[in-house]
Amino acid sequence: MSHDFSRQMTGHVPVLRLGDVLLVTLQGDLDDSTAQQLQQDIGEAIVDSGVTGVVIDISGVEIVDSFLGRVLAEIAANASLLAARTVVAGMRPAVAITLVELGLTLPGLRTALTTEAALELLSGQQPVTRAGGSGRERR
Amino acid sequence: MPEHEALGEHGSPAREVGEFLRRRGEQIAQRWADEPLFRTVFTVSRDEAVEAGKIVVDALAQVADTDQVHDPDAAGFTLVREQLSRMGAARSRAGFTTAQVSNDVDALRPPVENLLVSDLPDAPSDLVRGCTTALTVLMGTLRLVVLETALSEGQALIERQRLQLLEVATPVIKLWDGIVAVPLIGTLDSARSQVVMETLLEAVVDQHARFAILDITGVPTVDSLVAQHLMKTVAAARLMGAECVVSGIRPAIAQTIVHLGLDLGTVITRASLADALAYALHELGADIVNATPGGAGRR
Repeated sequence: MSHDFSRQMTGHVPVLRLGDVLLVTLQGDLDDSTAQQLQQDIGEAIVDSGVTGVVIDISGVEIVDSFLGRVLAEIAANASLLAARTVVAGMRPAVAITLVELGLTLPGLRTALTTEAALELLSGQQPVTRAGGSGRERR
Repeated sequence: MPEHEALGEHGSPAREVGEFLRRRGEQIAQRWADEPLFRTVFTVSRDEAVEAGKIVVDALAQVADTDQVHDPDAAGFTLVREQLSRMGAARSRAGFTTAQVSNDVDALRPPVENLLVSDLPDAPSDLVRGCTTALTVLMGTLRLVVLETALSEGQALIERQRLQLLEVATPVIKLWDGIVAVPLIGTLDSARSQVVMETLLEAVVDQHARFAILDITGVPTVDSLVAQHLMKTVAAARLMGAECVVSGIRPAIAQTIVHLGLDLGTVITRASLADALAYALHELGADIVNATPGGAGRR
């Protein structure tokens, strides 16, 4: 039952536009074709609407594997080629620990605690938590 | 059992010993009360020691009745296990080694054996020998039970303390709105660093922290394993959208890290917790200034 439900949810991931930002909310499992479709959708949406940022909310993702890690990294790389910045928001502690244990520290990916923080980060009001944590000049 | 037949009207030696113990329980307990094992544990009154000795004798008699003189898991022993462990623990606390406690228990045997022999003056020598052997085996088993209980007590204590250490050693402190800190104390092993990582990440979520400070002032040494744990924690915090600052690296440790060739390049480091807090506050757009312009010690 629940499996069917999650499948339904990921059959097509909605890509919402909020001003200058695209908002993508991932939930449950992500399979190959959906991930492919999502990358394509995001790419087209960036080109069509000329947004400068993409926020991927993964607070609904409880289980993570190396595949999802790679998809996130690929989306970020795609977006940066199209001159948009990607922020991953709302990662759960268990997911973060799993990714680190898998050795996927996702360098080059910006992160934020919540979607709100991610939007602030993209609008440039708040300092950026950079990939690798070393990007900032040291005092 | 041929031996059994030879004994005629008597039961097996073990049962004989059981009967003897029940018959002479009071006397045995009186004698045991003067032995160091009982005397030093039950210091309040001699009666108490006698009472305790009586209970042990009863337990031994019960074990002997069931013919299980070899078996430290015999049902009779479960009744006195707690008391025996108390005695063993008291001796250990007094600074006695396991071997000395073992000797103490062994010292309980001769008085009983003398009583037993004097109790069977006209019995056939076969029976006397069988009974003494059974008694010796029984006392040996008692010794085993005492030591076993004492050891398992020690194990339980160590386990309890280990768990307490895990809980106690990882408090997450909120230093400011959006800034949390973990002062790490003691050696970091895999289990502890896992707990640190989990509690820190939970705190980041709960407190909406943008900065997490790992203070390692209390970590005596940093080797490649500890450094790896730190890097993992930093990476996990970053994935959640918080920035991690490592503070409290003492000069000697900094030297060690450099000598080991560890690359902490991706980690923001500060000399002290105060520096780390100042950095985080600055990044958050807050700043601390003295109330009086002439005040001393502005960093």
